[in-house]
Formats: sequence, structure tokens, C-alpha cells
Amino acid sequence: MKRLITLMAFFVPLWAAAAGSKVPLDEAPIDLTDKASLQRGAKIYMNYCSGCHSMKYQRYSRTFNDLGIPEELGEEYLQFTGDKVTDYMKRAMPTESASTWFGAAPPDLTLVARVRGVDWLYTYLRTFYVDKERPFGVNNKVFPDVGMPHALQALQGTPRETYEEVMVDGEMVERYAGIQSDGDGALSPEEYDEAVADLVNFLEYTGEPFRLQSEQIGKWVLVFILVLFVFVFLLKKDYWREVH
Amino acid sequence: MNGFLSWIEARIPLMRVANMHAIQYPAPRNMNFWYVFGFLATIVLVNQIITGIWLTMNYVPTAEGAFASVEYIMREIDYGWIIRYMHSTGASAFFIVVYMHMFRGMIYGSYQKPRELLWVFGMFIYLALMAEAFMGYVLPWGQMSYWGAQVIVSLFGAIPVIGPDLVIWLQGDYVISGATLNRFFALHVIALPLVIVILVFLHIIALHEVGSNNPDGVAIKHKKGSLSESEKTPYKIHEYYTEKYDIADDVVPFFPHIVLKDLVAFCIFLAAFTYIMFFAPEMGGKFLEHPNFEIANQLKTPEHIFPVWYFTPFYAILKAVPDKLFGVLAMFGAIAALFAMPWIDRGRVRSWRYRCGLHKVNLLLFAVVFVFLGYLGGTPQENWKIIASQIATVLYFGFFIALFLYSKNENTKPVPARIPR
Repeated sequence: MKRLITLMAFFVPLWAAAAGSKVPLDEAPIDLTDKASLQRGAKIYMNYCSGCHSMKYQRYSRTFNDLGIPEELGEEYLQFTGDKVTDYMKRAMPTESASTWFGAAPPDLTLVARVRGVDWLYTYLRTFYVDKERPFGVNNKVFPDVGMPHALQALQGTPRETYEEVMVDGEMVERYAGIQSDGDGALSPEEYDEAVADLVNFLEYTGEPFRLQSEQIGKWVLVFILVLFVFVFLLKKDYWREVH
Repeated sequence: MNGFLSWIEARIPLMRVANMHAIQYPAPRNMNFWYVFGFLATIVLVNQIITGIWLTMNYVPTAEGAFASVEYIMREIDYGWIIRYMHSTGASAFFIVVYMHMFRGMIYGSYQKPRELLWVFGMFIYLALMAEAFMGYVLPWGQMSYWGAQVIVSLFGAIPVIGPDLVIWLQGDYVISGATLNRFFALHVIALPLVIVILVFLHIIALHEVGSNNPDGVAIKHKKGSLSESEKTPYKIHEYYTEKYDIADDVVPFFPHIVLKDLVAFCIFLAAFTYIMFFAPEMGGKFLEHPNFEIANQLKTPEHIFPVWYFTPFYAILKAVPDKLFGVLAMFGAIAALFAMPWIDRGRVRSWRYRCGLHKVNLLLFAVVFVFLGYLGGTPQENWKIIASQIATVLYFGFFIALFLYSKNENTKPVPARIPR
């Protein structure tokens, strides 16, 4: 019992999650084993993101191979820069122009899912809203005053903030109630959420392209250790029987 | 084969040393699970050295190339990510087992006479390990690498008169830069590993000279001629120990008994280690911090800067003191107090099993306070945390002060002459 208490005293898990922003993050419905989703995500990435953002640690060929896209098809439909298929996924736009146009070069996205987390990305890409004060005419809920235009507006349509009246401590106050599209985009709100999930799924993949392989190997390693444990434990018991 | 072995043995004492320090080393038979962490620490050290060598083969220690070379190892090298995660998980595992190892020493009084030097060598290992881990964390050259280094190195700037110049001397530049990265790389891969290996060697030699302590804190070595034949151990123990002492029937040989026991613990440890490594290598941003996946940028300060979790208790103490110089002094004082444990504790009874209730409460409270300080130092600053970290800092030092006071005339239980059956 004392041993248990001592152990607990040592392990009290007081680590709390890092503080979030004011807007609660939505859980990203992603699945790395869903190849179709990853392929759709790659398509959205190449069409809407890769013009300005680079993925300088990720190669086209690896992406195509991991996602089950034949290299010829990938080169024809997903590669717009004229690079070789074995090249890294650099942005189309020159960095100097990017800095001039946006004030700062758009960040590399290879590891963005590991920096921000998938829930943040999923929420971020769905909370742009019209704000005439900003240079690009849009602002963002989780990244206030972000220096990025709403790249997916053609899909989502014009996004606007909505508010609802709620009673707080006996007073009616206006409260933020989400983003609503004017409906002038190519996708319905549900389809847009799915598209963003696919894109975030793809970004999660590029952050750690070996994630699935890691879990596959890890399973067998754990099975091996379990078998080893049984033998070592029995051997130990046998040798210690005479001691006690 | 025997001829070959005796040819070797006549020229270098291979088997003699193996028998003396491993195979026929007498270990108390009541060593419990707290006694596996030294073995585990050795395993982790070997893991860090071997994976470190392989990482060095492709790591580029320049400000321009470091971050990309780590991603190159992770993505382009076959199974490079396994090597890298073994190393990054190993760093945190090292501190987990070392903290357990140290707490073991505290609850069973393993630092008391005659093991003072053994404890001090251990503390030097801990100190070298902290320097090693800190410099290692700078190498990936991510945002936390850079800004963490900034915070830690600037602490030296608090030293009066020489501080500012000392910081420049340490950095090798006016700011943390590629020059700093270069020297940290040199220290991380050559200087400090050498120091740690030498200290571990001294730690083990010192241990084998004084003998292992045990959960009852009872001596297993008795004065020559004080034990009858039936009281002596039936196991084959090396002459090095039996020549000077009578070894009681309270011991088992290190091999195979302790080795097998350690291997059982090793399997359990390995299961946890590999689980983290393969399934959650970031450990929720504690083993690999999220901002560190972004390349170092000296124009962009991260929202929150934390050292890695194993430094956060001391970081909390640093932040608890409003004055920078006194904060730094308090932080180093917190480590110095641990060094002084053998002299702060004036008791003659080692194990907490036979010491007063206050001592048990004091030890448990210390463990809780240490973890709590770790939480405070590793989460964003809030108002209540300032007061909380000040109280926790007082409690941290209070542990040592209380121990010094009550251990002089402590109400202890009678300690058995032999390990109880």
C-alpha cells in the first residue's frame, strides 16, 4: 500500500493541456488510413495551397506513392510547377514576391499539423469571415488579423460571422454563433467541412508520413516484448524460488 | 578455448573484473522494484550513445542546415525516424528513471554514511545530464530550441559584473546563433558524454566499494569473523568482498539473480518506452514540444517559452523569485541542496521504514511538491501560479530544513541486525 502511495505521489499527472485560444476548437474528423480522403486532401492542397505555401521537406514522389496515386497521374494532374516528380514540393511563387505581397513569406506547411495540431487547422480553415478592415477583406476567429487571404473562399462562399442573443446573468447579450456562408461557393456547408477535413488529414500525413508504418511496426514490437517478458519472468521466478 | 581464455587472463584481468563487479557481486536479496532504475539508466545511456552516433552521421550542425537535416533523417533515411524517436524518447526516459533512482536513494537513505561520495557522484551525473539534455534540445534548431537556449543562457547574465560578458563567451556570438549551435553540438556529442561515462564508471566503482544499500538499510557486510558458517551466504561471492568481510546469508549474486530481476523490469520499461516511441513520440507536446517543429526564428518569439518537462521544477523556482539574480541563486540552491543531502540528514537510520512518521510525510510531500513545481514551470503563467510557486518553493527548501532539524534527535524504530525474513 505504501509502495502504491509513493508511486502515485511520483506520478500525479498534473500536466494540463496547453491553453487554447478564445474560440473553442472543433475536433477534426480525420483518419490517416482513409486513402481516398488523403487523395482528395492532396488535390485541394495542390490546387489551393501550393501556389503560395511550400512543403520543402516532402517529395512529390513520396506523396504519390504513400497515397496510392500512380506517379504519371500525379505528375499530370497534381504537379503544377514543372519540377521533377522526385523534387521537393516547393511553392510556385518566388519567395521574394511572396514577402512583398503578403508582408512575410507564407510559412512552409510540411510540419504545420505538428506545430498547430489538427483541431486548430480544422477550425482555422473554417472560421474565416468577411472583415472590411483587413487588407484581404477577411479575418479569422482562431488567428486574429492573420495575413492570409481566404484561399478556399471559392469552395466555401463568402463567410460571415453570425451572432445570437443569449441571456447571461439576466441580461441579453450578443454572442458569436459561428460562421455562415452566403451560399455562393462551389460546396455546401457540409461538403466544405468534409473538404477541410480531407485537407487537414493530408497535412497530418505530411507532418509525419511514416505514422501508419510506425504503428504497424510498434504493434509487433509490443507483441515481441510481451513474449520476452513471459520467458524472462518465468526464468526469474525459477532462480529466485530458492531465495525466499 | 580455455587455453585462449587463460592466455587472455594472464595478460588482462578480464574474468576477474567481470566476476568481481558483476557475476559474483553480493547484492542484498530484499532489493525491491525501486532498485531497478540504476540498471535502466545504464540501458538508456547506452541507447542514447548508440542512437546518437547514428544521428550524428546525417545531422548538420549549422544554423542553415540543422532543422532540415533532422527532417532529412526523419523522412529520407530508411527507418531514420526510429533512430530519432529512440533518441528523443530516450532523453525523457533518462530523466524519468534518474528521478526515480534519486527518490529511491532518498527514501532508503542511500546517501548516508558511508555512501556520501556515491551520492555526490550521482549528483554530478545528474548535473552533467542536465547540461547534456539542454544542449541536445538546442540541436534540432526549432523555435523552442532557440528560445529555450535564449532563456537558459541569459540566466548567466544575472551574475554580477562578469554576467554579460560571460553570456557572450558562452554563446560565441552576441546572440544565440550558428556559432552557439556548433559549440553545443561539440559539447553534446563529445565532451559531456565522455564526462557522463567517466562519472558513471566512478559511481559504480564507489558503489561496489561501499556495497549496495537496501530497503531495510541493513548492512550485509559484517566484521570478519563475526558470523558463523551457517550465517554466511551459500552463494559464490568474489574474494574481493569475502576477504575483508563476512557476507551474511542476506545476499544473492548479481548474476543471475539481480540481472534477471532487472531484465523483468527492463521488459516492462521497454514496453512503455516503445509504446511512446511508436504511438505517441511527442507525448502530448511534453517530450517533443509543438513549437519545435517550426524552424528557429529570432524575429518571432513563441507565445509561451518553456524548458522541457524535466527542467520545469527548477524553472518554476526561478520564476517564483521576483529578482533575477536571487531567482538564479534559488534555482542553483535547489540543486545544491540535493548535493548536500548526506550532511543535511543527520540521522543514523537509513530506511524510512524505521524512521519517524514526520520523515515519511516530509519525503512524500517533497515528491508532491517537486511534481507540482514541474507543473507550474511547464504551463502558461497565471496569477494564482505565482503565489503557488512561491509556496511550493518554500516547501521545497522546507524539506531540507525540516530534515536537518528533526534528524538530529529523531524517534526511530529499532533496526534489525539482519534483513528480516
